[in-house]
Amino acid sequence: MFEKRHVLSMREFSREEIDAVLAMADTLEPYAYGGNCNSLTGKILALLFFEPSTRTRMSFETAMMRMGGKTLNLGPAEGSAIAKGESLADTIRVIGCYADALVIRHPKEGSAQLASEFSPVPVLNAGDGAGHHPTQTLLDLYTIRKESHLDELSITLLGDLKYGRTVHSLAYALALYGAEITLVSPPSLRMPDQIKADLEAKGTTVRETGDLNEVIEEIDVLYVTRIQRERFPDPREYQKVARSYKITTDLLKKVKDDLIIMHPLPRVDEIDPEVDGTKHAVYFRQSFYGVPVRMALLKMLIGGDDID
Amino acid sequence: MILTEMMMKVTPIKNGTVIDHISAGQALNVLKILGIYHTTDATISVLMNVTSRNLGKKDIVKVEMRELEVGEVNKIALIAPGATINIIRDYEVAEKYAVDMPDLIVGVMRCPNHNCISNTDEPIKSQFLVKNKNPVVLRCLYCEQTITENIADYLI
Repeated sequence: MFEKRHVLSMREFSREEIDAVLAMADTLEPYAYGGNCNSLTGKILALLFFEPSTRTRMSFETAMMRMGGKTLNLGPAEGSAIAKGESLADTIRVIGCYADALVIRHPKEGSAQLASEFSPVPVLNAGDGAGHHPTQTLLDLYTIRKESHLDELSITLLGDLKYGRTVHSLAYALALYGAEITLVSPPSLRMPDQIKADLEAKGTTVRETGDLNEVIEEIDVLYVTRIQRERFPDPREYQKVARSYKITTDLLKKVKDDLIIMHPLPRVDEIDPEVDGTKHAVYFRQSFYGVPVRMALLKMLIGGDDID
Repeated sequence: MILTEMMMKVTPIKNGTVIDHISAGQALNVLKILGIYHTTDATISVLMNVTSRNLGKKDIVKVEMRELEVGEVNKIALIAPGATINIIRDYEVAEKYAVDMPDLIVGVMRCPNHNCISNTDEPIKSQFLVKNKNPVVLRCLYCEQTITENIADYLI
């Protein structure tokens, strides 16, 4: 079911392959809390972050260590061969010989694809510019499966749907499960028409509105994204938009009992901290689920010993 | 012997390749795609905007002493989908076929996305998947940017 050599984008995943990853994550989740799993003892994961990242990098490190493996960090790019003008291809070829798998985050789109062409070991894309970030999508799907349900799902994607790469690949993946998707965003941050057309071509129902109140009562999942201040030339315009999309406990009075609220984090002020204590807030657990999902991918790509 | 108007423009070639039915105005881009734009020893005739019964106007390129291979000429379909290739041996048309766009275009186009890894000094060639042949839809293998129009603008 899972014969991939690299994980570069969600485009290459079938529903069966996603299900296989989620099932493996489920098996490994107890070990993500600190159980004794030595499946990847003696294996090394190299982390090549050419851009700053906290949670993605640490979550990969945790995933590797929870399975008994070790990690290598590239360190600040200034101090490495890259500053001397070495090509990414050469860096990948060299470091690929030190490790059993590579994780790469790089500011250029397509860099993970390039890495996969030169690497002797599996490559996992942890974000290539405005391109893909497949492990985020997989952990989002895992969260939905754990905390809600993937079948007959009604989900609202809220916020910046134009530039946010995570919502685009999540929407594509949800289309594989036939989800009913509602898009709620300010007019200037609507999802690109091409993506909507692709989703509809896959048979997904896509609704679009600017008013969250129209849909909040009927949905299973509310996926909130950050609206970036820099997208608005006029700060007053930003304030107006940001306020109109803020999730508060007041808004949650009329929602379904089992509604879950997700957010890829970091959040700024789109979710009121008061919401954190409600049963609907799952965004911190969502962040934790990155560990079992990345454990599953590492296990499936590197192999290693059987799970104890 | 009375020379016809056409003969005065260009004489038949003995051996080589004639690329006919090129969309009018695209002949120089065809040479570019074929990599014949640096100094070359080959005798090349370029006819632009000649009258054509079917196309109204068309371009023709003749390359002497060189039989172009299918792989290289198929890339011409990017800008001249109706082009036909005639392989000439001893003044006779030995082979004739229409261009057919390949599924992957390698090293011919530049990605329009400035932030694409293929637009750097990395040791790779640009690669575009042909998603649709008519109208042409190309997708960068690296960054997934699509190209649907002004194809000639992106020729390397």
